[in-house]
Amino acid sequence: MHPILKMVSQRLALGLLLLLAASALIFAGTQILPGDVAQSILGQSATPEALANLRRELGLNEPALSRYFSWLGNAVTGDLGTALTNGQDIATSMGKRLGNTLFLAFWAAVVSVPLAIFLGLLAVRYKDRWPDKLISGVTLTAISIPEFLIGYVLMYFIGVKLGWAPSVAMINDTMSLGQKLSTIALPVAVLTLVVLAHMMRMTRAAILNVMQSAYIETAELKGLSSFQVIARHAFPNAIAPIVNVVMLNLAYLVVGVVVVEVVFVYPGMGQYLVDHVAKRDVPVVQACGLVFAAVYILLNMVADIVSILANPRLRHPK
Amino acid sequence: MSDPLLKVRGLKIGATVYPADAKPHSIEIVHGVDFDLAKGKVLGLIGESGAGKSTIGLSALGYGRGSVEITGGEVWVNGRDILKGGISGLRDLRGAEVTYVAQSAAASFNPAKKIMDQVVEASISQGKFTRAEAEDKARVLFAKLGLPDPDNIGSRYPHQVSGGQLQRCMTALALCPEPDLVIFDEPTTALDVTTQIDVLAAIKEAIRDTGVAAIYITHDLAVVAQVSDEIMVLKMGEMVEYGTVDQIINSPQEDYTKALVSVRSIEHEEKKPTAPILSAKNITARYKGTKFDVLHDVSVDISPGQTLAIVGESGSGKSTLARVITGLLPPKAGEIDFAGRKLTPDQPSRSIEDLRELQMIYQMADVAMNPRQTVGTIIGRPLEFYFGMKGEEKQKRIQELLDEIEMGEGFIDRYPAELSGGQKQRVCIARALAAKPKLIICDEVTSALDPLVADGILKLLLDLQKREDVAYLFITHDLATVRAIADSIAVMLQGKVVRYGTKSEVLSPPFDDYTDLLLSSVPEMKLGWLENVLATRKMESAGN
Amino acid sequence: MFKNIPISALIGLFFTGLYFFVAIFAPWIAPYGMAEAVGDVWEPSSSEHWLGTDSIGRDLLSRMIYGGRTTIFIATAATILSFTLGSVLGLTAAVIGGWVDQAISRFVDLIMSIPSLIFALVVLSVMPVTIPVLIIVMGLLDSTRVYRLSRAVAVDINVMDYVEAATLRGEGRKWIIFREILPNALSPLVAEMGLRFIFAVLFVSTLSFLGLGVQPPNADWGGIVKENKDGIVYGIPAALVPAFAIATLAISVNLVADWVLARTTSLKGGRD
Repeated sequence: MHPILKMVSQRLALGLLLLLAASALIFAGTQILPGDVAQSILGQSATPEALANLRRELGLNEPALSRYFSWLGNAVTGDLGTALTNGQDIATSMGKRLGNTLFLAFWAAVVSVPLAIFLGLLAVRYKDRWPDKLISGVTLTAISIPEFLIGYVLMYFIGVKLGWAPSVAMINDTMSLGQKLSTIALPVAVLTLVVLAHMMRMTRAAILNVMQSAYIETAELKGLSSFQVIARHAFPNAIAPIVNVVMLNLAYLVVGVVVVEVVFVYPGMGQYLVDHVAKRDVPVVQACGLVFAAVYILLNMVADIVSILANPRLRHPK
Repeated sequence: MSDPLLKVRGLKIGATVYPADAKPHSIEIVHGVDFDLAKGKVLGLIGESGAGKSTIGLSALGYGRGSVEITGGEVWVNGRDILKGGISGLRDLRGAEVTYVAQSAAASFNPAKKIMDQVVEASISQGKFTRAEAEDKARVLFAKLGLPDPDNIGSRYPHQVSGGQLQRCMTALALCPEPDLVIFDEPTTALDVTTQIDVLAAIKEAIRDTGVAAIYITHDLAVVAQVSDEIMVLKMGEMVEYGTVDQIINSPQEDYTKALVSVRSIEHEEKKPTAPILSAKNITARYKGTKFDVLHDVSVDISPGQTLAIVGESGSGKSTLARVITGLLPPKAGEIDFAGRKLTPDQPSRSIEDLRELQMIYQMADVAMNPRQTVGTIIGRPLEFYFGMKGEEKQKRIQELLDEIEMGEGFIDRYPAELSGGQKQRVCIARALAAKPKLIICDEVTSALDPLVADGILKLLLDLQKREDVAYLFITHDLATVRAIADSIAVMLQGKVVRYGTKSEVLSPPFDDYTDLLLSSVPEMKLGWLENVLATRKMESAGN
Repeated sequence: MFKNIPISALIGLFFTGLYFFVAIFAPWIAPYGMAEAVGDVWEPSSSEHWLGTDSIGRDLLSRMIYGGRTTIFIATAATILSFTLGSVLGLTAAVIGGWVDQAISRFVDLIMSIPSLIFALVVLSVMPVTIPVLIIVMGLLDSTRVYRLSRAVAVDINVMDYVEAATLRGEGRKWIIFREILPNALSPLVAEMGLRFIFAVLFVSTLSFLGLGVQPPNADWGGIVKENKDGIVYGIPAALVPAFAIATLAISVNLVADWVLARTTSLKGGRD
C-alpha cells in the first residue's frame, strides 16, 4: 500500500477510536460520577417517589455499561433520546440549532481566515518593525480577553450607542440571507476577533519558519524576484502548516460559539447546551457534548490529514 | 590587462546581535578585506569558525545572511560595483553571473519540488536558456558530476537521493546557468570522508571543464589545497595571509598560517599491547524495536594506559559500541571484561566502582554539561559522589584538576555558557578525570572543534595519559586524529570490525579494500594529492 | 534586581500585585458589604459609589472587590492543582518512559480531544456547582495542558548528554529529576503557570457568566457581568466593569509570563 494511504487510513481509524473513547468519557462524566445523579438533578428536597421515577426514566437501575451501549447504538442511528424537561425528541430540536450554529461559524470563518492570513503575512513582511509589533501587541491583548467582554463591548458601543447593528441576534427561517447576515454581524465580528489573534500568531510563526529555510536562501541567490520566491518556493511549503492552523482555529471557533450565542441570544447549539446544563437535563447535555466533541475531533483530524498529504517525503516515497 | 572578474576593496560587514541581557546592537564582523579573482581561477578562503569566510563569500552575491549587512567597501563583478546597483541589479547578477553552493544541500533544496525544476530554474528565469536547453545542460552536468542515471535523476525529489548525490546536484544547480563565478561554501564538510573525495573530484573537474572561476570556502586547509589556485587565510574578519597554494602550504609566513599548516602533525610513539584492561568479546547488538544488528560479533581489547581508536564512517556502529560498553545498550550477545571483573550488561546493575573507573567524554561539550551548574559543581560532583569529598578538600582538588586541564584560576564559579568551545571540552575532561578512571571513552571529542583547538585537546589528552596512566577508547571518523593519538586501531564498517591491530600494523600495507579506500580518502596537505589518488585508483581499477 | 526588567513586565508585575493585594485584603478595602443594597438600581458613578450601583442597588465597587477575591481565589487554587498534578505526572512520564508514559499520554490525548468548556459543562450538569467542585473540575481539565508541556520539556532535557553523563556516573532518579532536569525546566514551567492562571481566570469567569459557576448571592467577576448584562441594551455599562477587570488582570499576568519566557532564551546559568 502507498505509505500515504496507510498513514491517512491510520489517522482516520485513530479519529474514530478517539470519537468512541470521547463518547465513553462524556457518558462516564454524567453517569459514573460519585453521588446519585438523580439526587443531584432533583436536589436535596426531592421526594423518594420522584427520585425513583427519575432513576427509572434515566435507566439508572441497569448497569452502566449496557446503558452506555444502548445510548451509543441509538446515537449512531440518529436517535439522541428525548429531553427530560419537555419530552421532545432531541435530534429534532437540535437539528435546526446545529444548522444555525454552523451558519454562524461558517460566516465567522469566511471573514476571519482570509483576514488572519493576510495579517499574518503582513506581520512577516514587517517583521520586528511597528506593524508586526502592533499586531503582536493586539494579539496578546486579544487572547487575554474573555469572549463575552468583546461581545458586550461591541454590543454596547456599536449596537447600542451607535446603532449600526442589532444588539441581539435572533434569526428565524422567514428572514432572507441578507437580513440574516445583518442580524449576525456582531456575533460574527466577535468570533472573528476571538480566533483572529490565535490564527494570525500561528500563521506568522508558520510562514516565518518556512521563510527561514535554507531553500528560500537558495531561491533568493538564484536572482528570483520576491514574488517568485514566495509563489514558487515559500507557498508550496507553507500551505500545509497554514491549513493546519486554520483547521485548529475552526475547532477553537466551534467552542467560542457557545459563549457568543449566549451573549447575543442566538438560537444555536451553544445556547441549547447551556440552557439544559442549567436545567440539569442530562440526555440533552450528553447529546450536545457528543456533537461538539465530534466536530472538534473531525476538524483536528482534517488538520492532521492535510499535513500528511502535503508532506513531499510521504507523497513521493523513496 | 583586463579587469579581474571579481575585485573586492575595503569590504566591511556588520551584523546586529541580540544579547539577552542588553539592547540589540551592531558589531563589525569583517574589517576591511581586499582581494581580486581573475577569470577561471579558484580562490580558497580558509579560517576557523567566526573568521567571516562564508560572509565574505556571500558578499560576492551582495547577500547578507539574517541580520548581516555589507556596511562598507566595494565589490566589483565584471566591471561594475554590485553594491551600487540596488536590489534589481543584484537579482540580475545572482543566478546568472554568480551562483552559490551551500554546505547543506539537503536543506538548500526545496523539499516540495523536483530536482530538475530547481536546477534549471535560475537559467530560465534569468533568460539565459530555454527550458529544453537548460535541461539538456543539466543532464550533461549530472553525467559529468558522476551522478547515477543522469537522464532521469532530475525527476526525483531531493529526499529521494543520498547526501553526496544531492551535493553534486547542488553543484549542477550552480553550474547550469554557466555563471562566471561560483561560491562553494564548505560543500564537502558534512560528507563522510570516502564520499568527500568523490564530490571534491567531481567539483574540481567541473570547474576545470567549464572554465568557471570559483571561491572555495572551507576550514580544512588540506581540502582547499586540492582545488584552489590561491588561498586567503582569514582570522576574526581580517586577512592574515594571501598567496598561491604552493606558498601557503610550503612556506607560510605568518604564525597563524604556520599553525594551520602544521595542524594534525602530532607525533605519538606507539606502545606495545599488554594484558588488557578492557576486553569486549563477540559483541552483537541491536536497538530496541529494530530488526537488524548494528554490531556483529565485535571483539576488541584495550591495554591499560593506551589508546584504542575506533575508526569508521557514519553508520559504522562505532558509537553503538561505546553505548554497549557503558551499559546504556545491553548487547544481544557477547561479554565485556573490565579490570579483571565481568561487567554486567546493563548500566543500572553495575557497581559504583565499575561506573567510576569507566568514564565518558562526549562530542558536543555544550550539551554534555548542565547549563545551570557552575564549573565547580560539574567537576566537584564526581569527587563528592565517588570519594565523599567536601568543603576545603573538594575545592582544592577541583583547582588541581583545573590546573591539570591548563585552565588555572577563576573558572570555578563560571557557567558553561561563559566558556569557549575548547574550554568546555577541557572541563568535560576534568569531570572524567575527577573520577580517577582506568578507561575514558572519547566519542568524537574533537569533531566539533576548530582544528587548532582540536589539536590542543589531543595534546592535553596525550599528556594526561602519560601522567595518569589512563586508557582511552577513542571513537572518531578522522584518520589524522587516529594517527596522532592511537596505539592500536579498529576499523569498523557496517557494524563489523574489518581491520584490527596495533597502529603500525593497521596503517601498513597490504590493506583490505575498505581500509585502503578510507586511508587514501583522507585529504593530505600536499599539492596534487587528489590527482595522485584518483590516478592510482584508476590504474588499480584498470588493472583489475 | 529591577534593573533589567522591561517596562512592560514592570507594568504587569505592578497590576498583578495590585489585584492580589486587593483580593487578599478585600474586607478592609471594600467600602460596603458584598450583598448590601445601598442605593437605587444602576446608579451612575458618584462620590459615594465610585463605580455606581448594580442591578439591585448594591455598590458595584464593593462587589467588584469581593468578586475579584473569589475569582482570584478560584483561579489560584485551580492553577496550583493543575500545575502540581500536571508537572509531577509530566516529569514522571518523561523520566520513567515506557508503558507508564504511554498510558498517561494517551489518556491525556483523550481528555484533550473534547474541548475543555464542553467537558466542564457536561460534568457540571450532574455535579453540585460549589466552589470546591469548580476548582477540582477546572484544575483537572487544565492539568492535561501542563502535563503536555512539562513532559515535552522534560523529554527534551532527558536526552541531553549531561543527563546521560549523570546516569553513567550512577546518580539516582532523585538527583536526575531535581538537579539535572528541574533547574532547566523551571523557566518554561513558570511562564506556563502564568498562562494557566489566565486560562483559569477566563474559564471560571466564563462559567459564572453562563450561570454555571459561582452561585448567587456570592459572585465572581463573570457573575457580576451576568447580573448586569441586561443593562447593556439600555446603554448602562455596568457589565463592562468586571469584564474590563478580567481583561486587565489577564493581560498583566500575560506580560509577566512573556518576560519570564523571554528570559529563558538566555542560558547564562542560573544566577540571575
